[in-house]
Amino acid sequence: MEIGWIETTIGALFATVILTLWLSRGSGWLEPRFWRNAAVVSSLIMTGILVYLTIDSLNQIREGSARVPAYTVINRTIGLKRDYEKRRDIPVIGEEVGFFGKIWSEEEAYALVNKGKMTLQSRNCMDCHTLLGNGAYFAPDLTRAWLDPKWETMVKGMTGKATKEEAMAEWLQHPNRYPTFVRRMPNLGLTEEEAKALVAFLKWMSAIDTNGFPDRFAGAQ
Amino acid sequence: MTQAVPQGKLYESQKLALWYFWVALALFGAQVLFGLLAAWQYLDPNFLYGKLNFVTNRMLHINAMIVWLLLGFMGGVYWFLPLELGREVVGIRLARFAFFTLIAAVGIVVLVYLLVQYGPGNAFTLWFITEGREYIEAPRWADFGIVAVMTVFLYNVVATALKAKRITGVVAVLMFDLVALAGLYTAGMHYTPNISMDQYFWWWVVHLWVEATWEVLVGSIMAMALMHLLGTPRRIVETWLYLEVALVFGTGILGLGHHYFWIGTPEYWLGLGGFFSALEPIPLVAMVVHAVYDAGVHRMQTVNQPALFWAIAQAFGNFIGAGVWGFMQTLPQINLYSHGTQLAPAHGHLAFFGAYVTAILTVIYMALHQVRRPELPRFDSKLWKWAFVLMVVSIFGMSAAMTVAGFTQTMVERAIGGSTWQAYIDAQQHPWFQNGMVWRFVFGVFFLVSYLVLLWDVATIGKGEAKVPKEVGAHD
Repeated sequence: MEIGWIETTIGALFATVILTLWLSRGSGWLEPRFWRNAAVVSSLIMTGILVYLTIDSLNQIREGSARVPAYTVINRTIGLKRDYEKRRDIPVIGEEVGFFGKIWSEEEAYALVNKGKMTLQSRNCMDCHTLLGNGAYFAPDLTRAWLDPKWETMVKGMTGKATKEEAMAEWLQHPNRYPTFVRRMPNLGLTEEEAKALVAFLKWMSAIDTNGFPDRFAGAQ
Repeated sequence: MTQAVPQGKLYESQKLALWYFWVALALFGAQVLFGLLAAWQYLDPNFLYGKLNFVTNRMLHINAMIVWLLLGFMGGVYWFLPLELGREVVGIRLARFAFFTLIAAVGIVVLVYLLVQYGPGNAFTLWFITEGREYIEAPRWADFGIVAVMTVFLYNVVATALKAKRITGVVAVLMFDLVALAGLYTAGMHYTPNISMDQYFWWWVVHLWVEATWEVLVGSIMAMALMHLLGTPRRIVETWLYLEVALVFGTGILGLGHHYFWIGTPEYWLGLGGFFSALEPIPLVAMVVHAVYDAGVHRMQTVNQPALFWAIAQAFGNFIGAGVWGFMQTLPQINLYSHGTQLAPAHGHLAFFGAYVTAILTVIYMALHQVRRPELPRFDSKLWKWAFVLMVVSIFGMSAAMTVAGFTQTMVERAIGGSTWQAYIDAQQHPWFQNGMVWRFVFGVFFLVSYLVLLWDVATIGKGEAKVPKEVGAHD
């Protein structure tokens, strides 16, 4: 379903004004009654539109939709491609490559990403990092963390691991051991299982269509 | 039915309000202290590293703020409600019980934050340690407590209005707003692995709750305050309040869309969010116009000078902090690069201070006048001016410093660097950014000083002043 935002906006404002004027027949625009009606009408109309759009939005951001991929996306390669018509980067999901050396079933992938999200919340990641641009600003944005070149160019070498996911999991368990900046991430006591799950969550998150944010991540072509 | 309180005496509800104010002021101090620790960690990352990390300081900084502002609002309502309705608040014992329960719960949560800090990645942690979602980190058990306390609060307002058989426009707005206040908070009380959905409803708490229902709540409180402070006629105050509600909800509900640009939600939010949030400053401009007019009519004089000045600061602070600094980064074309930079806390600091802190201080000074020297024709001190000027200057200083840092991040990290880990580091090490962080800390120290001056003034104003001059030669 496509909703034009201009039509919605004009419709909402028009309906608010007309309904307020109709309900306030007989009183001047400086009287309390006029603005009481305006307050009630605008609140109700805007709330109604919000509820309607919420239902539509939730359908579009359900996991497995076009905008938010299924959790099994962790089995595949993920990249970014410039959409020159829309002038923004969109995630591209490629071939099956496995994750930590195996292909995860639907249930397994869900369990892993779910564990990753729980780990993220239990360690308050958002009070240092930003995710999808929201959070604190003491540490880097994690929106496209899985696609960050630094894992390959720096962390893999530091940790001596063969794959990116192993390097990330090792780094997350001992961030204080592998400093990358004057500000070091504290060791938050992640278990190996939690670290793996967190990497899965980050990989899955990097495949969400965020309307092009952040723009030209790592110079996406 | 009405229980009139003799001149110079307080309603029970007002005595309770004072408790709310004292605890609010104490938590204000905690907010400043943890904010300062977090700000220092930008300059010296090894300070308390591994013991009291930035993550914990920052969480305590923002959570202390939410709780103290809420306590301040509740205190404000308990202060004015009996005056508004001409009778004691119903269920005052329930209100007292809710107050002490809330304080105990806050104490437990803070101790857990400080001593435990984090837990394993499972549901237990989310229920009993932290929910780990910026601004709504409170563990789930505490969430239920907050909603319960809000419900008691709502009940008291409604029951008092019904008992008094008097529902003024202000009280009607207040009642509907409190329903939304208790209701919207529950939107943040669920868990989902899907971060897009998580963020979708997270914003119902962080935008609709804080920006819309708090804004209307503070509007109702300021409406009651203005009637007492400047004697503004009820008809005018209530018309303005309705106008504000119409504009705040009319623009703010869909203005929520400016948070839905980049979290995975459909593209129509770019247009809707951009448009409605561009309208959001309008009610704030209207308030500034009104405040300037009101103050001009009274030639900047009232019986309570500090309250008048904080009320004017509220109108301007709300407009500049929420309106101007918000609008600066609200359009998607700009936000694509400014999102997730220090511009957000620059806006946050100015807006929370301008819209809410100033309002609560207005009410506290009005309450102090009633408590200390109701007979004094002029409630004034020298100290409050110092606190006022220093606090306003330091909050602007902090925000200006973060704005410079934020622009640096917008350019170096987001626009040029492609937002990678390395681009982040490059921006953080840029001299403009680093100077910004230094100045943020310096103004943070000024803010702490101004907080202490304010505290001293609140503790002493009205005490030990010369008595109302008696007639020369009068005998006792």
